[in-house]
Amino acid sequence: MNQHELNQLDVNLSRRGFFAAAGAGLFVFFGVNRVNAYQEPARLPQRQNMPSDLNAYLRIGADGRVTCFSGKVELGQGCTTSLAQLLAEELDVEYNSVDMVLGDTDLCPYDMGTFGSMCIPMFAPALRAAAAEARAVLLQMAAEQLQAPVERLQVKAGVVTDPSTPAKRITYAQLVEGKRIERHLANVPLKPVAKFTVAAHPAARKDALDKVTGKGKYAADFAFPGLLHGRVVRPPAHGAKLLSADTSAAEKFGARVVRDGDLLAVLHERPDLADRALGLVKAQFDPPPPTVDDKTIFDHLLKTAPPSRPVGAKGDLAAGEKVSTTIVEETYLNSYVAHAPIETHSATANIENGKVTVWVSTQAPFSVKPQVAQALGFTPQNVRIIAPYVGGGFGGKSAGPQAVEAARLAKATGKPVQVVWNRAEEFFYDTFRPAAVVKIRAGLTSAGKIALWDFNVVGAGEREADSFYDIPNKRALSAGGWQGGNPPGMHPFGVGPWRAPSVNTNSFARESHMDILAAKAGIDPLEFRLNHLSDARLRRVLEAAAKQFGWKAAKAPSGRGVGVACGVYSGACSATMAEVSVNKTTGHVQVKRMVSALDVGWAVNPDGMRQQMEGCLTMGLGYTLTEEVHFKDGEVLDRNFGSYELPRFSWLPKIETILIDNPGAAALGGGEPPIITVGAVVANAIYDAVGARMLQLPMTPERVAEALKKKA
Amino acid sequence: MERTISFTLNGKPASVKVDDERMLLWVLRSDLGLTGTKFGCGEALCGACTVIVDKQAVRSCSTPVKDVAGKQIMTIEGLGQNGLHAIQQAFLEHHAFQCGYCTPGMILTAYALLLKTPKPTHDEIIRHMDDNLCRCGAHVRIVDAIQDAAGTAKGGAL
Ligand code: FES
Ligand code: FES
Repeated sequence: MNQHELNQLDVNLSRRGFFAAAGAGLFVFFGVNRVNAYQEPARLPQRQNMPSDLNAYLRIGADGRVTCFSGKVELGQGCTTSLAQLLAEELDVEYNSVDMVLGDTDLCPYDMGTFGSMCIPMFAPALRAAAAEARAVLLQMAAEQLQAPVERLQVKAGVVTDPSTPAKRITYAQLVEGKRIERHLANVPLKPVAKFTVAAHPAARKDALDKVTGKGKYAADFAFPGLLHGRVVRPPAHGAKLLSADTSAAEKFGARVVRDGDLLAVLHERPDLADRALGLVKAQFDPPPPTVDDKTIFDHLLKTAPPSRPVGAKGDLAAGEKVSTTIVEETYLNSYVAHAPIETHSATANIENGKVTVWVSTQAPFSVKPQVAQALGFTPQNVRIIAPYVGGGFGGKSAGPQAVEAARLAKATGKPVQVVWNRAEEFFYDTFRPAAVVKIRAGLTSAGKIALWDFNVVGAGEREADSFYDIPNKRALSAGGWQGGNPPGMHPFGVGPWRAPSVNTNSFARESHMDILAAKAGIDPLEFRLNHLSDARLRRVLEAAAKQFGWKAAKAPSGRGVGVACGVYSGACSATMAEVSVNKTTGHVQVKRMVSALDVGWAVNPDGMRQQMEGCLTMGLGYTLTEEVHFKDGEVLDRNFGSYELPRFSWLPKIETILIDNPGAAALGGGEPPIITVGAVVANAIYDAVGARMLQLPMTPERVAEALKKKA
Repeated sequence: MERTISFTLNGKPASVKVDDERMLLWVLRSDLGLTGTKFGCGEALCGACTVIVDKQAVRSCSTPVKDVAGKQIMTIEGLGQNGLHAIQQAFLEHHAFQCGYCTPGMILTAYALLLKTPKPTHDEIIRHMDDNLCRCGAHVRIVDAIQDAAGTAKGGAL
């Protein structure tokens, strides 16, 4: 027995318990790139009954249905659909015969979490390989049954036939019936994308019926007899400490009160009455010391940032400075931005026979599991986390503190408990997209070429800080970011990933500065970009957008109100053009049209990809025009959608999406790339319309009006 | 004041004995177990909790249950009880949702619009839907779906 076989035996042994529970069928287990971070960290306790070398598995049941079990979560991005398409494609079964089981820590193997547009680039190749392997195993079995050579067999919709004897046929279901099969074949070739009939074609979303009928369940939609709704006493500001609390009125009202260490909560069997009870708690807090507010934050960031780290360099800045005839230096700002999913953080916890199950709105059920286990003092085997449909994440549901709250309260009361944050809590405990300052110093030669580019970002993070433009002398520096590890107090509250982390900020600054340079050089902004761009994929998205938009070269400001911006996110290339109108009195900006071109290699579900593109462009208008968190001394002043304005129907531009077909390249995720260019494309279009350069996001009417006044 | 409030719910008589100042949203979700109606903001700012009361789209999070005594209430569970309604069908075909959390509120708000204005213009749709928030940015498709539903005979005659 060689080492590989020994390992295999080991794995098979640990699968035994799992098989005992899983029933008959053909199973294929697969792992995703074992050396990368998607591997289960060694420190995590081993799942029960499951080997640790896999990230998902699929089962072909005796009923002919194919089920894929994966720890990914459906946040609305459509992975239930696109993963099912890939599976159907490689297996040659009907798309409608594929079921997806997602986000359940008892049924699905470990997954780090659903974020970063990683589902398709990281997970899909492994899923395809597993499906191809399953198909090959089934064909081998069919060959024995039909007594025909494998090469001659054909499969369609899960039926294997031998074209030379059409009467001979056998279905996948018949092949696996009554058997429990686990086989492995190595290096089964994948179908070429060009031969696809299910994947790379638009598909009906698997979650559609659930969602249009209201039957789809979210974490707050689970109920049990005796369910209590828990409301936690919250501080008025970050850093405020609870001094005392009088809960007698809440108790008199009929609420239960739980004090468990730092957790003080009231519970009632009706959610709104729990709310009322919370209002009856008289809590005294020690006010936090004055810190910063949404105006002083930018100076504060510069003062408190850790030393800058180089994240890209080329050539010699001094040499670039020397050949430059024009130097342009600007500082770009953006405020904290909230995730603000319409579903707030929710969890329902139920403890039965010493085992807790928590339904929770989270992007990462497997990281919530050890937290709940630890908080309750339960062994991980006795904790099951299920992420049902999640009502939007955008990076904001990367943890699941509400699951811990619900579980602790369930343990304390001996009842099932639901915790649903209200909108104020959602804003207060959000891990915002960080506020940031970007300084760029750039130099132009007399020939209109960029000779110098010095980019310095503080607060946002380093991704895409290094410019992809052809610039002989450049540097990118980054200090602090959304990933954590910031000096204490630098960001006055939690920050974290927000749809395309770092890259919205860095693209806004880079693409705005490119436009300023183009205007200084007297060159059309599209042409100016192309003059500095040898990357073929970026050129192609720019040219595709320009063609659809009907871009006519002109030096800005042309008065037409058109703009262009491009960028890269996780390898995907995005270009956007926009047309805006600006009310010169009020400063109100209306985006009239957006054309977005995207190269994600090839799209598993082209219609799904377009949904994501439209979503990115629409959501992006928020951080571009209105969204900023207002705060003072640790208090988040935004408590609802009245002061924190999300994009609405009346903002809608005409949106046109272009998918660049690039089937030779790897498929990439598209849930994020198009959003990165929205800030700059609108800023550039505003400049083109009225000649005022906006250097701060969001570009609220007040800021636009002020810039216009300054210009006049 | 705790009292019995009766109304018609999705075509059937219903009554609840509750504090009549309580908001309809919670009575629907918690007392009556109809979880298709969603909580988003609690202050009539998002539309996730929209239900139909006597043919009008109403924010159930801000409607005391005493206000619906004797009225006809329809929630998403009641729409298309006998097969999908034209608006649901159009939302399904256009994929006019992503996370789907705003969807019941969107569909019922659109339903109220088509009751009043069977063939709305694009601008009328925008105006009518403007206070319903969708964080995922499904707006373009929602507008298309409503227009499509209005175009079908069934959508016109609700
Ligand atoms: S929950 Fe009622 S309008 Fe938002
Ligand atoms: S589909 Fe997610 S909020 Fe509208």
